[in-house]
Amino acid sequence: MSQELLATFTEVLTEEFGVPADDISPEATFEALGLDSLDVVELTLVLEEKTGVKLEDEELEDVRTVQNAIDKVAEKQA
Amino acid sequence: MTEVVVTGLGILSPSGRGVEEAWAGVLSGRSAAAQDAQLQEKGTPVTISCRVPDFDADAELGRGAKRRLDRFTHLALIAAKEAIAQAGLSEDGDERITEVDADRTGVLLGSGIGGAETWEEEYPRYLDKGPGRVSPMFVPKMLSNTAAGTIAIRSGARGPNMTVNTACAAGASALHLGRDLLRAGAADVVLAGGVEAGVTGLSVSAFAQMGALTKNPDAAAASRPFDVGRDGFVIGEAAGVLVLETAEHAAARGVTPLAVLAGAGASADAHHATAPPEDGGGAILAMRRAVEDAGLPLTAIGHHNAHGTSTPLNDAAEARALRAVFGDHTDRIVVSSTKGVTGHTLGAAGAIEAIFAIQSLREGLVPPTANLVEQDPEIDLDVVAGAPREVALEAVLSASMGFGGQNAALVFTPA
Repeated sequence: MSQELLATFTEVLTEEFGVPADDISPEATFEALGLDSLDVVELTLVLEEKTGVKLEDEELEDVRTVQNAIDKVAEKQA
Repeated sequence: MTEVVVTGLGILSPSGRGVEEAWAGVLSGRSAAAQDAQLQEKGTPVTISCRVPDFDADAELGRGAKRRLDRFTHLALIAAKEAIAQAGLSEDGDERITEVDADRTGVLLGSGIGGAETWEEEYPRYLDKGPGRVSPMFVPKMLSNTAAGTIAIRSGARGPNMTVNTACAAGASALHLGRDLLRAGAADVVLAGGVEAGVTGLSVSAFAQMGALTKNPDAAAASRPFDVGRDGFVIGEAAGVLVLETAEHAAARGVTPLAVLAGAGASADAHHATAPPEDGGGAILAMRRAVEDAGLPLTAIGHHNAHGTSTPLNDAAEARALRAVFGDHTDRIVVSSTKGVTGHTLGAAGAIEAIFAIQSLREGLVPPTANLVEQDPEIDLDVVAGAPREVALEAVLSASMGFGGQNAALVFTPA
């Protein structure tokens, strides 16, 4: 599940946000990947289309890394 | 009165990128108008436009520029960087201002529409996918002040930063107000100009529905200011940025000015939303005020870079306005409309035409009006056609008239 989500995140971050694939890891913070808070909201919109899960603003408050976001999506998918 | 000089120019125009190329383009007299594949795909009533030379926004402006910034901001950033470099405000042509006090450097841009493309891309998403899918980037991308704001973010300029909208006069109005910020002592340097990227399906359709655009099927011949066969304008996109600073500030840092922004005038027609009054109306006041503001006799003006949009109404009204202001001296003013080459770049027009007027002043060369084959007998002006004309110039005028009846005029003299 987590591997699949990581693949989805990687695809979205590289294709929609132009982040180099090599930079993407579960530990990478969105800030380090060059995404600001508006980008992260935009990311959740794209992810909703891919996963059917929408992360709300309040759920994003403690999301810093790719893994944080994967965990939130996995939790809601369960 | 504080003298304000021009120390740098930056331009991205359908006639070329960079001052040298854009100026050579208008001197060539070859129209930049062409069939526009994007408009053809959308099936707009008119499919001719004047686009700037292709560029890759992400490659030039950094990763994410395409996604995060509207096209009008891309154009403005490219023009601003060139102007900053030419004026020596940065080191090694960089966009970051380091050589003058960035806290005393302002930005004043004009734009008629702002992020037109962003509106058009986002609204269908809102309708099709729902309010919950609207991009959080929409507002910062679309706002018409974003170009000026982004220039500040990139350059570090922390002086007064504003955007003015007088539609198709916006570029000239921005130069006027930028000059006034310097006169008021609110800044030492102001990046002033105009930008527009309004060649989109919706805006082209709307201008076409108004009857403002040419129906000429021959793109290269479609923009023909002052010609008897003119039937509307060709829409264009562009950005022009001028570095204005007080003469004292330029002298103190040892910079040789390119020209003096000697006079500026503004007015309203108080007449109609889109049509100029037949007698030239408010344009007369704006031009007269600009010459008076420069403290020059009317006879000093040797060249007029016309608004000259190639619409039947504008060009005739502008000719009458010039005659009303200058009387018999009108015959000795060498007139040109560079829109024959560039098309009508709306909110950018006043700025790029200011740049062309400055080039004319510096080189003593007035560009031809593209496609002027048979001058309209109602246009009682000496309009240059065919090839550039050599003229020694003491002062040049450039005027812009916007929808809403908003007019702006600028006078430049040699440095």
